[in-house]
Amino acid sequence: MTVTTGVAASRRIIRRGAAFRDAGPPVALVVIFLIFAALSPQFRSIANVQNIVDAAAVLAVVTCGITFVLMMGSIDLSSAGVMGASALTVSLLVANNRNDNDFGLAGIAAAIVLGCAFGFLSGLALVLLKVPSFMATLGVSAIGLGVATLMFAGVQPNISDAMLKSWAIDRFLGLSYLTWIAAACILAGWLIQRYTRLGRYAFAIGGAEEVLTLSGVRVKPYKVAVFTVAGAFYGLAGVMVTSQLGAGLVQAGNGYDFSAITAAVVGGTLLTGGRGGILHSTVGVLLVMVLTNGLVQIGVSPYWQGGVEGLIVVAAVAAAVIPQRRRNQVVK
Amino acid sequence: MSVPAEREPATSAPVPALEVRGLVKHYPGVKALDGVDLVVRQHEVLGLAGENGAGKSTLLKALVGLVTPDAGEIYVRGGAVKLRSVVEAANHGIGMVFQEQSLVPNLTAAENILLGSEGAAVRRGVYRWDVMRRLAQEQLDKIGSKIDPLARTDTLSFADRQMVEIAKVLRIEQRSQHPPVIILDEPTSVLESKEIDTLFAQIRRLREFASVVFVSHRLDEVLDVCDRVTVLRGGQSVGEVATAGAVPRELHRMMIGSTGSDDHYHENAAEPVEAEQPRLSVRGLSGKSFRDIDLDVAAGEIVAIVGVHGSGREDVCRALFGIEPTSAGEIRMDGKKISLPNTRAACAAGIGYVPAERKIEGMVGPMSVAENMTLTKQKARCAGPFVVPKKQAGLVDRWIERLSIRTPTRDTAIQRLSGGNQQKVVLARWLIGGDIRLLLLDHPTRGLDIGARSEVYRLMRELAASGVATVLLADSLEEAIGMADRILVMNDGRVATEVGCPSGGKPSPLDLVKEMV
Repeated sequence: MTVTTGVAASRRIIRRGAAFRDAGPPVALVVIFLIFAALSPQFRSIANVQNIVDAAAVLAVVTCGITFVLMMGSIDLSSAGVMGASALTVSLLVANNRNDNDFGLAGIAAAIVLGCAFGFLSGLALVLLKVPSFMATLGVSAIGLGVATLMFAGVQPNISDAMLKSWAIDRFLGLSYLTWIAAACILAGWLIQRYTRLGRYAFAIGGAEEVLTLSGVRVKPYKVAVFTVAGAFYGLAGVMVTSQLGAGLVQAGNGYDFSAITAAVVGGTLLTGGRGGILHSTVGVLLVMVLTNGLVQIGVSPYWQGGVEGLIVVAAVAAAVIPQRRRNQVVK
Repeated sequence: MSVPAEREPATSAPVPALEVRGLVKHYPGVKALDGVDLVVRQHEVLGLAGENGAGKSTLLKALVGLVTPDAGEIYVRGGAVKLRSVVEAANHGIGMVFQEQSLVPNLTAAENILLGSEGAAVRRGVYRWDVMRRLAQEQLDKIGSKIDPLARTDTLSFADRQMVEIAKVLRIEQRSQHPPVIILDEPTSVLESKEIDTLFAQIRRLREFASVVFVSHRLDEVLDVCDRVTVLRGGQSVGEVATAGAVPRELHRMMIGSTGSDDHYHENAAEPVEAEQPRLSVRGLSGKSFRDIDLDVAAGEIVAIVGVHGSGREDVCRALFGIEPTSAGEIRMDGKKISLPNTRAACAAGIGYVPAERKIEGMVGPMSVAENMTLTKQKARCAGPFVVPKKQAGLVDRWIERLSIRTPTRDTAIQRLSGGNQQKVVLARWLIGGDIRLLLLDHPTRGLDIGARSEVYRLMRELAASGVATVLLADSLEEAIGMADRILVMNDGRVATEVGCPSGGKPSPLDLVKEMV
């Protein structure tokens, strides 16, 4: 058996995974894109497409993290708090106006590790204290915001670290560095999902957790690990927002928790777990970004944005369960 | 992990692959195992028979480390072992194919086969798909299965999934140098008859290099595929039968502990039906999976509908309760035309339905017996919009007594009752209103043991005698023939034929099978 058969084999799995039901979101993305392009000349300009992709970067990273949790059938509402804590941490560790720190990359790494720690905490609360994930992560989010508020201490830290600031500004092949970082995250997430036991078990836990237990697999460490990995993504996202804003803000992650769930669900990741994945979620992120950008471009007030996003997520969940709907089905 | 010390056989007889002595397991209020003994010889297929509650599943769970016994010993090839987890059992070469198929549906067959013991297929947490495919293929080759190891499990047929399970359980060979002991818990319950033949061929192959413990509530299957059968009753082993030449009746007798009633179906209580006008009259009913169904059921009559899987009989039954939509046809109750757009209309027309999936569709598990019984006929327990506790208590207690439902109190959660008593509560739900005219029974004895079945049959006779018309989808042909006054054979969505089935003039199963396929 050679390596090529392995690659061919894994490719075959991918092809099978991309069955009819998985084709919906990509098709919707293309169709919606074409509709907006036809309606608005500004929308179809190269600069605007770059805009959309760049604006998607942070959401894509957050969604990468949350996708693993959703695949497991759990939910994660901690991203807003974790991002806030991470944003304050990184802005106080790289060159800034509040103290004399200048740790550069090490400061960024510290913020990501902090994200891991918060994720680890969520995971422990879930498996040891048996707190349902939505409640555990909501609590961790509040803790994160609390930590961020303490670090903020009433004075906004503005960053002067050249490298971190350049991420949001400098471009490579027309896209910002942040976008390339997001692309790397998507690739890493996809590799984790397809080629690591952690990723496959996350998928399996969402499919049939008790089967894993009966097969002698200890599920709890994997659950904690999944939340930890998700926390790392949120930590990085907090750093990215800080780069965009040039300052560390407690509200750095405001709204990303809901947007990331929206994107993942719109992309075809089921809230009940066991279906979807990183690539699905990426399509979902682009769909959400194209919609919000497109609506503004054709002249809809941006004040509509929040409500529209809410509509989209409910509609997407409804569409996802249509194939399974039967007469007399009970929904809770 | 201690490897069991090989005990020198005293005689020339080989050491049994697995031996259980005096195993005891208490649960609060129940003695699930009461000193059970069991011997599994090398290279034999041992059948395990017993009514529900005889201790079969507790014993099996103890053998794979899911239950820790309170007393007693388990010996593997002569050495005493303690089995504290599935992994420890696997290390001793004991593996089980669970009753509910236990595969992860969204993983590939290969991943399922290697789940928890990936070995070289995962190195430092990273998958090597080519190795995984090869290892899985080796397992599938052992049982001669042609399944693509990289197919997603939920795209496979039930029979193929069972093959995947067997391939998976054979992975325990990697953990132990000895021939494995494979336990199959009710493996045939989800299979069609052709698939069952394949499975049996597989079991006979397994015998070449393993010992097999086979559990099924279908005794003919047990006798067909096993070399020897051990019968459990009340948590004890009550006997052992060599299958050659044995008949199901013999096993029945050992399982229920008495000669058993020859009149299993209470045919003595069957009364001849004299009807001027049918209670239910269906003409030309058509739906998604059935066409042109004509069906008459008189008051006091039991009509069974038989047919293979896919004959559409379940859907006809559900259509009569307003669950399945119909496209054409006419339904009359006592001569009056009715339409059944939903279940509410059916209830109002005096129709009751006992669904096949009792635990999912038939009852609300955590709710009390009283709540479950009064779920539908609210008027019987209410004054206006309010529940009158006294009224409800009296009503429920009356029916608990009338149907001799064994429950500690009316407020006990229904899920704590045995299957037979649960089913009686489900039946009572339709009776308390006193307005029931037609009962649709969809596999009413599924999953019940012989004693409980017999009580359900008696109840059906009583209801028929009181003038209720019954449509029965029986669990087996024998049940249909035993209970029905008339049998409708359905084939491919149509009524193939109708067979009279009076007491004393019963058709043979063969007569019916002819029309079914």
